[in-house]
Amino acid sequence: MLASEDGLPCNRDTHEDLLRKLRKLLPPEAVLTDKEDLRPFECDGLSVYRRLPLAVVLPETTSQVQAIMRLCHTLQVPVVARGAGTGLSGGALPLSNGVLLSLAKFKRILHIDSENAMATLQPGVRNLAISDAAAAYGLYYAPDPSSQIACTIGGNVAENSGGVHCLKYGLTVHNILMLKVVTMEGELLTIGSETLDSPGYDLLALMTGSEGMLAVIVEVTVKLLAKPERAQVLLAAFDDVFKAGEAVGAIIAAGIIPAGLEMMDKVAIHASEDYAHAGYPRDAEAILLCELDGTNAEVSEHIMKVREILHQGGATEVRTAVNEAERQLFWKGRKSAFPAVGRISPDYYCMDGTIPRRQLPHVLRQISLWSEEYGLPVANVFHAGDGNLHPLILFDANKDGELAGTEEFGQRILQLCVEVGGSITGEHGVGMEKINQMCIQFKAPELSQFHAVKAAFDPAGLLNPGKAVPTLQRCAEFGAMHVHHGQLPHPELERF
Amino acid sequence: MSACDISETLQQQVRNAVGNGTPLKIEGGNSKIFLGREIHGETLDVSGHRGIVEHDPCELVLTARSGTPLKEVEAALAEAGQMLAFEPPHFGDNATLGGTIACGLSGPRRPFCGSARDFVLGCKLINGKGEILRFGGKVIKNVAGYDISRLMVGAYGTLGVLLEISLKILPRPAASYTLVQECTQAEAISKMSRLLSQPVPVDAACYHAGHCYVRVSGSEQAVKHAHEHLGGEVIEKSEPFWHALREHHLPFLGSANPLYRVMVKPAVPPLEIAGEWLLDWGGAQRWLVSDEPIALIRERVATVGGHVTWFRGGEHNGEIFQPLAPPVFVIHQRLKSSFDPNGIFNRGRIYADL
Repeated sequence: MLASEDGLPCNRDTHEDLLRKLRKLLPPEAVLTDKEDLRPFECDGLSVYRRLPLAVVLPETTSQVQAIMRLCHTLQVPVVARGAGTGLSGGALPLSNGVLLSLAKFKRILHIDSENAMATLQPGVRNLAISDAAAAYGLYYAPDPSSQIACTIGGNVAENSGGVHCLKYGLTVHNILMLKVVTMEGELLTIGSETLDSPGYDLLALMTGSEGMLAVIVEVTVKLLAKPERAQVLLAAFDDVFKAGEAVGAIIAAGIIPAGLEMMDKVAIHASEDYAHAGYPRDAEAILLCELDGTNAEVSEHIMKVREILHQGGATEVRTAVNEAERQLFWKGRKSAFPAVGRISPDYYCMDGTIPRRQLPHVLRQISLWSEEYGLPVANVFHAGDGNLHPLILFDANKDGELAGTEEFGQRILQLCVEVGGSITGEHGVGMEKINQMCIQFKAPELSQFHAVKAAFDPAGLLNPGKAVPTLQRCAEFGAMHVHHGQLPHPELERF
Repeated sequence: MSACDISETLQQQVRNAVGNGTPLKIEGGNSKIFLGREIHGETLDVSGHRGIVEHDPCELVLTARSGTPLKEVEAALAEAGQMLAFEPPHFGDNATLGGTIACGLSGPRRPFCGSARDFVLGCKLINGKGEILRFGGKVIKNVAGYDISRLMVGAYGTLGVLLEISLKILPRPAASYTLVQECTQAEAISKMSRLLSQPVPVDAACYHAGHCYVRVSGSEQAVKHAHEHLGGEVIEKSEPFWHALREHHLPFLGSANPLYRVMVKPAVPPLEIAGEWLLDWGGAQRWLVSDEPIALIRERVATVGGHVTWFRGGEHNGEIFQPLAPPVFVIHQRLKSSFDPNGIFNRGRIYADL
């Protein structure tokens, strides 16, 4: 028995046996073992963590997935499932002694049931492709993560993906009905149903956001919604970031639930404006983007109300997008904030904490104090409607001590999020990245309960082991999303 | 009664029960005891653990102790112009928030706004080892750890004792009215399922006694034109009707005969099972009063991919909830023992041996 690079046991005889048997189960092109073939699978969207798996398998039927799982279970070989690999927390990072199971060939839309407003999909169907296919019926799939042109529905379920419209339309967990999954033991289970609920425990909620730790998703049935008649965006500028924060609360208190409500601070505004030329006011300390949707009459009524609230809240300027092109442009600036910040700094760390909204002034003030203390600038991008904060810490990894300072700074931000009643991750997931911060948010008995839940689905502990929930011994280290020289993995994708 | 935190007392009671191997019957307001299988055990009374812990209207989040009366929660929200958007049925004056969440029941607004579990953000509970654990949080987005808070919804207290629940709340619509039209069941089904693909501000739809009722809610302007679009006769003050439907006060739902809850896809045509039907949730939740044997009802409903709960008048030790596929049941048993290794919480309430 040898130890591999990630410290996991590896046994050559088992591996040869495994590869031989995998080749019996699958056509030759569906089992990859050459280094250059494995390379594209070495990381997901969090590219600081890279590792080659023992083999990549590309099944195309559920029974092949079952056979692979049974084989791996028998041989005690770990399995990591992978969708499009756009995740930002290293959830799909391979194990060097394990099989990487790619669901890339599961890309068929099986059925669009317009009468019941639902769609049945293979897990490799791209998020945006669902809405494209449903558009003919006046329907769409609501969750819209920033990577929606590339990310797949199976991965969305595994991560409980959100998007800019979460406050009004919910996360993935609110928009799916049924899953077919294969357990580590190779059992095919139906979870949820085509009806609005199902008997027994809510395993559908448990599977959603479980980061590939409980079972492999082979089919997803989603709920579709009627496309709103109209969507309209307002842009408001503020000379004070705290006034912008208060205006967010005032909109909500007025009984309006915007479809999207986003905030950016000065550093982020400038970076975005230089990059996307969205027409953002450069003299503002903060801007808010507020999208309202619904029926024509309702949107008109809400725009009037929101304008008034923004002016009363001290906005120095309020603009309404005059047409669809300008609406898209307003959003483009926001959606390109990450790559835009990547251009102004050699490196940045992206945090993904959530906080109760009323804590925003306190948290921003603290971040700006720490920013001075560490001598590291911060750009703040904020899903203001749902309290999801993305502070981007700007640093240069080539300068001595900056990485260490950034990591410590980041850790303090996440710790603060937890202290004020929030969470270490709002939407990017724990994966490998925030496994240590889980120790801040959860106590030992809670982590033990998570491990017990995993064991209920995967008693052998072979599915994506080592991710999402730390062992109690692990609770001392630290990691965060690290972007070197502005090189985001998948730079073509919008990130917000 | 004023706010009171008795979590330590409850924890001690659970620890004692674990030590003595005493099964516990968790009780809030005892309003939903009719639902589910009959269970035996020492009563663990949670009703004294009460009070709203946190409610800042701007946050759209409310946190309250499980024994808080549901009407107290609703009154506090109403004062702030807000509501529990899943419109939970109370089924009695003493209903508590904890019982509402444990049973996971939702009212007429459910197909349009979401269910009880959709609005749960976090919880504090006592597991079967007597540990107090917190999951989820008080924020709308949170993907740290498995979603154990939502797993508690509809678990009928079999996995733990809920102590505190955080819920997402929503503003009350500014205006609301109901449109009524006489029609057949088949016509109502097709009318209601069409609502799903239209951008209309509808938040409830049902079919009862030869009439289709559609509730329109939203801003003043949003609801203004819906009438022209949807048709039917306007009932301005329609809340008593929806309240009666939700609470099973309509004469039909109060019948002495067994009442079945039939869940199907909303557009499924009328099912040929003898009895009286009432369709709620836009056709997705169908209530049936029938003398037909449960096995026959389940068999018919299974052919259209649905499932059936023996809601009222069922055999106390029978299959009240639709039986699960064996491999799924195995997962249930393992989950149960992961939370409650000694099997002390509400054992058998949903299924025998769970």
